[in-house]
Amino acid sequence: MHVPDGFINAPTSIATGVVAAGALAVALRKAGDELDEKTAPMAGLVAAFIFATQMLNFPVGAGTSGHLLGGALAAVLVGPWTAILCMSTVLLVQSLLFADGGLTALGTNVTLMGIITVAVGWGIVKIVTVVGPNSPKTVVAGAGLGALISVPAAAFAFVGLFEFGGTADIRLSTLMAAMVGWHVLIGVGEAVITALTVSSVLAVRPDLVYAARHLLSPRPLEIRTDPKPVTS
Amino acid sequence: MGAGHGHRLHYHGHSALHRMPAECKLIALLIFVLAVVATPRTQYWAYGLDALALSVAVACSRVPVSYLAKRMVVETPFVVFAVLLPFIAVGERTQFLGVTVSADGLEAGLSLLAKATLGVAAGLLLAATTEPRALLAGLEGKLPQQLVQIMAMMIRYLDVTGDQLRRMRIARESRGFVATQPRHWPVLGHAAGALFVRSYERGERVHLAMLSRGYSGTLPGLAPPPASAGDWSRALLLPAAAALVALAAWLLR
Repeated sequence: MHVPDGFINAPTSIATGVVAAGALAVALRKAGDELDEKTAPMAGLVAAFIFATQMLNFPVGAGTSGHLLGGALAAVLVGPWTAILCMSTVLLVQSLLFADGGLTALGTNVTLMGIITVAVGWGIVKIVTVVGPNSPKTVVAGAGLGALISVPAAAFAFVGLFEFGGTADIRLSTLMAAMVGWHVLIGVGEAVITALTVSSVLAVRPDLVYAARHLLSPRPLEIRTDPKPVTS
Repeated sequence: MGAGHGHRLHYHGHSALHRMPAECKLIALLIFVLAVVATPRTQYWAYGLDALALSVAVACSRVPVSYLAKRMVVETPFVVFAVLLPFIAVGERTQFLGVTVSADGLEAGLSLLAKATLGVAAGLLLAATTEPRALLAGLEGKLPQQLVQIMAMMIRYLDVTGDQLRRMRIARESRGFVATQPRHWPVLGHAAGALFVRSYERGERVHLAMLSRGYSGTLPGLAPPPASAGDWSRALLLPAAAALVALAAWLLR
């Protein structure tokens, strides 16, 4: 659900735009620590991955299906700063190339779906992995919990923005109940899909899961010399 | 990599709008939607004038209206919201088409519908008349260089990644598996996981290929020669009209 033009008034849109631009500027600097000089190709490919997974439909039954939003998933897989870059790029491309999400609402969409979902998802994964036992299962559980909470958190933030700069007079409690209630349901789906995806990556390439890097023992480069050099 | 290199929203053409530098179109779109959003909400005639100005631009682009109309579906969730607004908003009640609804909600719903539709239509017109490569060139210098690079990489591999997902679905279906209910989710989760590993590894290969061609952190400039004053004056006709309409709507309020 991308916010279109005209949904949030101009001053609030500008404020969220400033927030989004500031967070992006920090993310651009910090992502270098997660990906070093590989940032552009890696973040680009991960953004393409997020975009593609958003098209993967998960059937709920009765002909309906849902899809992943991917904020928490991206944070777990590639780290929070790169995730913010990837999610923001996805939203930018969706807005400019697909007219999905208004251009004036871009700051709002990036703040809600690119920053809040990643920050909340990553924060929870971090807490769970620090508190829980040192095992891949903890990372999977953390990813699920992070995804579960990240979606209603973004909905909650949306209600807050709408209260400030919304263009209609809706009773706060009605909107809050509808939005957060509905997004808790979406969050349950997001949690299951995120946990399944993370556990699947952990099974084959644990080194690619940023949140699980502490589980891998460091393997220093060793140079092995032949004990008996061949003489020709 | 034979086909499908454009993006699906681009409509090939050679009209004045297609030839206009992307940076002009981007700025024009931004000012246009800002003017539409800033229009006071009960001045419905203003939206009519904006729509008229936009349809002149559509006519100039020679993009068929049916082509744009089909792609307006992205707006659907918010049409639903706009339709619900009169029923859930509070305040004074009024009669509309024989139903009692909130007057404030009705106004908000109608203006939301008008503004969102104008925004989506204008955005689609930009997408339909601008190739992604031109769009990236237009963004260069306006967004941080690294962000433009990430976007360039994403757009370049969007169809590759999407096709990989499609091939995985065909592989599943050719083995007799079609996901229909939540207990099938683990299979789809594995598909998403495999797609991530493949995308990441592709990224590593792309990076190495770039290094072997002398990549040092910056891409060679994409930017075409800067837009001329004539380009700008043509591009700004539409947003200027929308801005005048918004101003008039404020004065006549």
